[in-house]
Amino acid sequence: MSEAIVRVQDLHKAYGSTEVLSGVSLEVNEGEVLVIIGPSGTGKSTLLRCINLLTRPDQGRVWLDGEEVTAPHADVNHIRERVGMVFQDFNLFNHLTALGNVMVGLTKVKRMPKQEAHELALFELERVGLQDKADLYPAQLSGGQKQRVAIARALGMDPRVMLFDEPTSALDPELIGEVLEVMKKLAREGMTMIVVTHEMGFAREVSNRMIFMEHGVIVEQGPPEQLFYCAEHPRTCEFLGKITELYGPRQREEE
Amino acid sequence: MDKLPDIVGSIPYLLEGAGYTVAITAVALAIGFCVGLPLALTRVYGDKLASSLAAAYSTALRGLPALVVLFILFYGLSSVISLPAFIAGCLALGVCSSAYQMELLRGAIQSVGPGQMMAARALGMPRLQAIAFIVLPQALRLAIPAWSNEAAVVLKDSSLVYAVGLAELLRRSQQVAARTYQPFLVYVLCAVIYFGLTFATNRSLDTVERAMRLPTPLEEMH
Amino acid sequence: MQGDAALPFILEGLLAFWDMIWPGLGKGILTTLQVSAVGLVLGLLAGLPAAVARVYGPRWLRRLATAYIEMFRGTPLLVQLFVIYYGLPDVAFWLEGLGLPGKWLILDNTVAAYIALGLNSGAYQAEYFRGAIQAIGAGQIMAARAIGMSQLQAVINIVLPQALRLALPAWSNEVAYMVKYSSVVFIIAVPDLLARGQFIISKHYNPMEILLTVGAIYLAMVLIISTLMGRLEKRLRIPGLELEIERA
Repeated sequence: MSEAIVRVQDLHKAYGSTEVLSGVSLEVNEGEVLVIIGPSGTGKSTLLRCINLLTRPDQGRVWLDGEEVTAPHADVNHIRERVGMVFQDFNLFNHLTALGNVMVGLTKVKRMPKQEAHELALFELERVGLQDKADLYPAQLSGGQKQRVAIARALGMDPRVMLFDEPTSALDPELIGEVLEVMKKLAREGMTMIVVTHEMGFAREVSNRMIFMEHGVIVEQGPPEQLFYCAEHPRTCEFLGKITELYGPRQREEE
Repeated sequence: MDKLPDIVGSIPYLLEGAGYTVAITAVALAIGFCVGLPLALTRVYGDKLASSLAAAYSTALRGLPALVVLFILFYGLSSVISLPAFIAGCLALGVCSSAYQMELLRGAIQSVGPGQMMAARALGMPRLQAIAFIVLPQALRLAIPAWSNEAAVVLKDSSLVYAVGLAELLRRSQQVAARTYQPFLVYVLCAVIYFGLTFATNRSLDTVERAMRLPTPLEEMH
Repeated sequence: MQGDAALPFILEGLLAFWDMIWPGLGKGILTTLQVSAVGLVLGLLAGLPAAVARVYGPRWLRRLATAYIEMFRGTPLLVQLFVIYYGLPDVAFWLEGLGLPGKWLILDNTVAAYIALGLNSGAYQAEYFRGAIQAIGAGQIMAARAIGMSQLQAVINIVLPQALRLALPAWSNEVAYMVKYSSVVFIIAVPDLLARGQFIISKHYNPMEILLTVGAIYLAMVLIISTLMGRLEKRLRIPGLELEIERA
C-alpha cells in the first residue's frame, strides 16, 4: 500500500461568518483520479486551494508526499513546484507567449538553462497538441487553447499531483471537448489528479473515486458507479438525479 | 513690430532654457518613479503598517503645493545646506511627482488581475519573483497613459522653478521680454514652446505605448 | 519638576509664534480661498459651455472649444498668468496706438489671477464634463427627443443633471488642485497664503518654520475640502451612476 500522495486532515476555513470548509479529510493515492462534485459555493475550490496553500486553512493539516504543507516553517514555494494547478479562468500570463508561459516556471523557479527549458516547454505544448501555437500570445488563443496551455504550464513543472479547479466552466461548449481529451490522456498516463468539475460524463468515464461535497463537508465518497447508481446518501441521489436528467437515460445504456 | 527680429534672434537663448526645462522634468520624473514604484509596491503588497505609511506619504505630498515644497527645499534648508536652484527644483518636483506616480502605479498594479499572482504562486514562484516577472511587466504597460499625463504635468510644473531664479525657459522669457519691451509676444512664444514640448512628450509616449502593446486577438481563430 | 518648568517656556514660544503668524497667515488663508473660489466658478462658467460645445456644437464651435482646451491644458499655469498680467497691457498699448480702446485690458494682479486660474481650470473642467456628458448614452437624448423635447431642452434637462453628478468626483479633485495651484499667484504679488508666509520670513528670517506651517495649512485645507466634497458626493449619488475620470 503506497503512501498517499495527498493527505488532508480535518480542514476548516471560514470567510467572515460563513464557514466554507467544516472538517474535510481525504486521501489521494498515486495514479488516482479523484473527482469532486457538488453545488456551487460549497467549498470545493477552497479545498483545492488549501492543498497547495494558496488559501491557508483556519484549522487542519495537509501533507504532500509525506511532507506537511501546513507546517509553520514549511517551504511552501518549494512544495508548490510539485503541485500543478489549473484554474477556471486560465490565468495565463498575458505578457508572455504560450511558450513563454510554459518556460517561465522552468527558468525562474526551477532555474533550468534556457535551452533546456525551451525544449521541455515545446514538449509539453506538444503533449497538449499546441506546439504550432507556441509563439502566440494568450489574447490570440481561444478559450480551449488557453486552458490547454495552462495545463502544459502546470505539467512542465513535473508535478506529483495536478489540481483542476472547474477547468471547463469558463469555456464555450464546443471548446470543452479538447480540454477534457487532454485530461483523459493525462489520466491514462497515470497522473494523479484531483478535479473539481460539473462534467459528469468525464467523471463517470475517468474517475477512480468521486466525492460529493455540500455545505463544506463530504457527504459521500466512493467509486463513480456507487455515486451514480446506488448512492448511499439521499442528497447525492438528488443532486446527481437532477444532473443526469440533463443527460437522460441514453447515457446509462452507453455504459 | 520692429522688435520682431530681436525676438526671433533670442529664440536660441530661449531654447537653451527649454533644455533646462526638459532636464529638470526628466530628472524629476526619474526620482518620482524610483521613489513611487517601491512605495506603490509597499502600498499594495506590504503589511498594514507599511501600507498605511505609504498611504500617508501620498496624502501628505499630494496636499502640498509644489511651490511650497520647492521653497522648503530652497529657502527652508538654506541654513543647513544650500541647494542650487536646479537641484532644489529636481528634488521638489521629484518628491511631489513620487506621490502621484505612487498612486497611478498602484492603480495599474491593482488592475492586473489577482489571478495572475495566484497562477505565479501556484508554480512555486516566491512573491518577489511573481511581482517582478509577472505583475510588473503587465502593470507598467497599463500605466503608460496615466504616466504620460504625469510627465506633462511635471513638464508644466517645472516652470515654477522660475521662483527660485533658475534660468530655465520662463525666466529667460522674462529677461527677453524685459529687454525687448514686448512681453505679450515673448510670453506667447514661451507658451508655444511649452506647448511644443508637451505635445512632443505626449506623442513620444503614445508611440512607446503602441510599441509595447501586446498583440490583440486575431480576427480568425485557427 | 523639570517638566513643569518647561511648560511656560513652550507656551511662551507658542504664543510668540502665534503672534508672528496671525493675522498675516489668516488673511493669506482668506485670500487663497477667495482666489480659489473665484477661479473655480470662472472655470465652471468657461468649462461647462466648452464641454457642451465640444460634444454637441457645429464643427467650427467644436474646433474653437478644442483649441481653447488644448491651449490651456498644454501650457503651464504660470506662463498663462504672465501672458495675462504682463502681456495684456502690452496689447493694450498697441491697441491704444491704433486708436482703439485698450485700457480695459490692463488688469490688476488680483483680477489677472482670477482670469488665469479661471481659464486654466476651465480647460480641465471642460474635459471632465466632456467625459461625463459622453458617458451619458445617446439613448438618453433619443428618449428625450422622442417625447418632444428640443435638443437644447434635452441637454439641459436630461443630460446635464446626470453628467454633473458623474463629474463630481473629478470636480472634487479640481477643487483640491485649485487650492494648491493658487499658490502661484504669489509670484505676481497677490497676497495669498504663500505670499504672506514669505513676508513673515522676510521679517523674521525663519523660513523653515514658516514654510512648514504654510505647508501644513495647505494640507489641512486640501484634506478638509476633500472630506467635504466626499460627503457632498455621497449625498448626491444616484445608485448605479458612477464614472472614473483622472485629472489630465
